Amino acid sequence: MVTPKSPAPFAKSIRRRRARDRVIESLLLLAGLVAVFTTLAIVWILVAEALPFFSHVPLADFLTDTMWTPLFAEPRYGILPLVAGTLVTTFVALALAIPAGTIIAIYLSEFASHRVRESVKPALEMLGAVPTVVYGYFALVMVTPFLQKLLPGLPGFNMLSAGLVIGIMIVPYVASVSEDAMRAVPNYMREGSYAMGATRLQTATRVVVPGALSGIAAAYILGISRAVGETMVVAVAAGLQPNLTWNPTESAATITSFIVQVSLGDLPHESIGYQSIFAAGLVLLVITLAFNIVGFALTRRFREAY
Amino acid sequence: MRAAQAGVERRKLFDKLFVLLGLVVLVAAFAVLFALFLDLLRQGAPRLDWDFLTSYASRKPEQAGILAAWVGTSLIMVVTACVAMPVGVAAAIYLEEYAPKNWVTAIIEINVTNLAGVPSIIYGLLALGLFVYKLGLGQSILAAGLTLALLILPIVIVATREAVRAVPRPIREAAYALGATRWEVTAHHVLPYSMGGVLTGMIIGLSRAIGETAPIITIGALSFIAFLPTPPLTGEFPFLSFAWLKDAFTAMPIQMFNWVSRPDPGFRVNAAAAGAILLGMTLLMNGIAIWLRYRFRKKINW
Repeated sequence: MVTPKSPAPFAKSIRRRRARDRVIESLLLLAGLVAVFTTLAIVWILVAEALPFFSHVPLADFLTDTMWTPLFAEPRYGILPLVAGTLVTTFVALALAIPAGTIIAIYLSEFASHRVRESVKPALEMLGAVPTVVYGYFALVMVTPFLQKLLPGLPGFNMLSAGLVIGIMIVPYVASVSEDAMRAVPNYMREGSYAMGATRLQTATRVVVPGALSGIAAAYILGISRAVGETMVVAVAAGLQPNLTWNPTESAATITSFIVQVSLGDLPHESIGYQSIFAAGLVLLVITLAFNIVGFALTRRFREAY
Repeated sequence: MRAAQAGVERRKLFDKLFVLLGLVVLVAAFAVLFALFLDLLRQGAPRLDWDFLTSYASRKPEQAGILAAWVGTSLIMVVTACVAMPVGVAAAIYLEEYAPKNWVTAIIEINVTNLAGVPSIIYGLLALGLFVYKLGLGQSILAAGLTLALLILPIVIVATREAVRAVPRPIREAAYALGATRWEVTAHHVLPYSMGGVLTGMIIGLSRAIGETAPIITIGALSFIAFLPTPPLTGEFPFLSFAWLKDAFTAMPIQMFNWVSRPDPGFRVNAAAAGAILLGMTLLMNGIAIWLRYRFRKKINW
């Protein structure tokens, strides 16, 4: 025990502990800044490695040329075919995932019993962890043969199958995040609606969904950026030939599958092929960033204060 | 009056129809996935044996195995965990316990949210440019582990923040009242109480990392490796070697991707077997995480 007569050791220990606290605080801040450094590094690396590419290929050609043939004798570098492939697979995926995810979310949040909800939610979260290359296998080996029975003449590699499997893959995300948003709508709003004689479905579609719109929009945006950035499913099942088409039953490369295809070969550092994947990556980053900003703006706009 | 009655009846019918629709969609989603998983297991079953785990990749499908792949994946996960856990937890503690409300904090928060939405292949390009070439780490286990650590950092940070936030204020205030400094409050009270949530977040992050294929392909994993990395334990003093960090590698998802993209049906079977093992690993890890969360929740009564 230290008696009040000798405060000196105490004071010293406090000073030491405070000094230690300051050191630790700056270390923790440094860890927090890793996130900022990562973002800066992503932008820096993509821009720095893509710049030499754009000194070879004029930006106007890159954005408007309709051919992407980097390995031909006379290479053409038009990003449009890759962007089209990305948009088509994304669209197919969303056409499946948004209705299915929303219906599941409304059902779980407004209709299902507590027990059903508590057992389905963790299962949905677990499905989010299934490796995407496994989904790629599903698309190529199981879904495509099945679709070929329905649509004779469907090629072995096609965007439809890849898109549908990406859709199945993102249903859990869309459902889980939308459900969270709907649960956050306070109960008195539902009760007010019931008191006016509305049924559960009317309450769900006219009170809960509008009230949770910002969260639901965020869920959709999350789904879109997953689908745009999804790589392995398209690399396995959609084919690797760049193809400017809006027809999902054809095969086509996406931005992501092009990057994978180039990475699988052994490209020398500093070659134009090496630089082209950074240019493609930059386009991908801009597309996902644009969706994220739209999502951010939407959530701001529709945020309801309770 | 009768018209109103009919309207009510119709709306009630819609309600029932929607319940039916919801159930059908939910069951269909799970049934499709369940059927796919089952089929994967059935197709891979003939190769799921001890030899498969202890053989290297081979040109003959029936002799090929995943030895190099699972060893590579395990070593990458060690690197990822060793980097993502301390950095992620420290960042989360800073944001929850220390950060003043200013623009620096706001920028960190925006970046964490934004990074969670960046496609994984972009991390691969970052790693290719930065780790492999600019920092000269080469196409190594270290580069792969660091890449996946950056990738799961947002997951670890968000999970840790939630766990830390769940610790009630009075516990902190009691510690402060006894003269503890901020770090003492954090290290002696807040962190032990939130350990369940932190571990859960870490396991979920690792289960995500274990299946990530695209970023590892981008930095140049090899798909045909017939040797193991330098063993981390050696016979001579100091008994620990870190030479494996610089070794070339392959990983489970890479091996599966390589097999599935070959036309030979024999390799498809191998891909299914590797996929079943990979799937089993991620589901097991997630199961453990959910169980941990449940146990820690039950143990603590505020």
